[in-house]
Amino acid sequence: MSIEQFVFIALSAITLLGGWIVITNRNLYRAALGLVLSFFGVAGLYALLDAGFLAVVQVLIYVGAISILIIFAIMLTRRVMDRTAVQHNAQWGISALVALALFGVIGYTLLFRAADQWAVSSTGLPEKPIEMLGEALVTTYALPFEVASVLLLVALVGAIVIAREK
Amino acid sequence: MDVSLTWYLLVAAALFCMGLYGVLARRNAVAILMGVELMLNAVNINLVAFWRYVRPDAMAGQVFAIIVYTVAAAEAAVGLALFIAIYRSRDTVVVEDIDLMKG
Repeated sequence: MSIEQFVFIALSAITLLGGWIVITNRNLYRAALGLVLSFFGVAGLYALLDAGFLAVVQVLIYVGAISILIIFAIMLTRRVMDRTAVQHNAQWGISALVALALFGVIGYTLLFRAADQWAVSSTGLPEKPIEMLGEALVTTYALPFEVASVLLLVALVGAIVIAREK
Repeated sequence: MDVSLTWYLLVAAALFCMGLYGVLARRNAVAILMGVELMLNAVNINLVAFWRYVRPDAMAGQVFAIIVYTVAAAEAAVGLALFIAIYRSRDTVVVEDIDLMKG
C-alpha cells in the first residue's frame, strides 16, 4: 500500500467518522464538533487532490466561519433541547432505509456499472493552478462570480433583517 | 495517482447519504442544517475529484466548488437567522412544532 492510499484511507475515515458523530450524537454541541472534524477531513482530501487553494478556503470558511455560526445558533437556542431529549423523529427508520438504499444504488453503479471507465486525463496538473483559477474567475466565469457576490450581499442583509430584534 | 477516482466518489456518496439521513431524521432545525452542510461537502468532493482526474487543465471544477461555498455560506447565514427569529417568537427549534402554515 502506497503512502497516498494510506493518507486517503485515514482522511476518509476522519471525514466519515465526523459525519457519523453529526448524525448520531444526542448532544448537539458534540455533533457540531463532529462537523468540524468532518470539514477538516474534507480539507485534507482537497489537499490530496492537489487543490491547495480549496483546502485553505475549506478551513477558513467551513471550519472558521460556518461551524462557529452553527455553534452560536446552538447556544442561542439551547434551552429547548436538553441533552436527554430524543433527537430523532418518528420516521428515522425509513430515513435510514432511504439513505442506505441511495448509497447502495450509487455504490453499485460506481463499482459495477461505471467501473473506472471515466475519461481520466493523463495531462497532469497545470504549472500554476492558482493563477489559472484566479484568471478563470474574472474572465470565463466573471458573470457567475459577480452573481455569487451579489447573492452573498443579499443573504447577509437578509440575515440581519430577519434576526434583528423588533 | 494511486487512488482511483471511484474511491473518492464512494467516500463522497457515503458522506452525502449520512447528510441525507441527518436531514430526514433529525428533529432540531440546527441539526438539519448540519446535515445539509455535510451534503454540500460531499458534492464539493465530487467536483474537485472530477476536476483533478478528468480535466485538470480546465478550472471549471474548482470554480464550481467555489460557487458552492458561496451558496453554502448564504444558506447557513439566512437559515440560522430564521431559526433564531422562530426561537424568539415560538420558543422552539423543533421542526415538528413549527407548523404555522399547516392547514
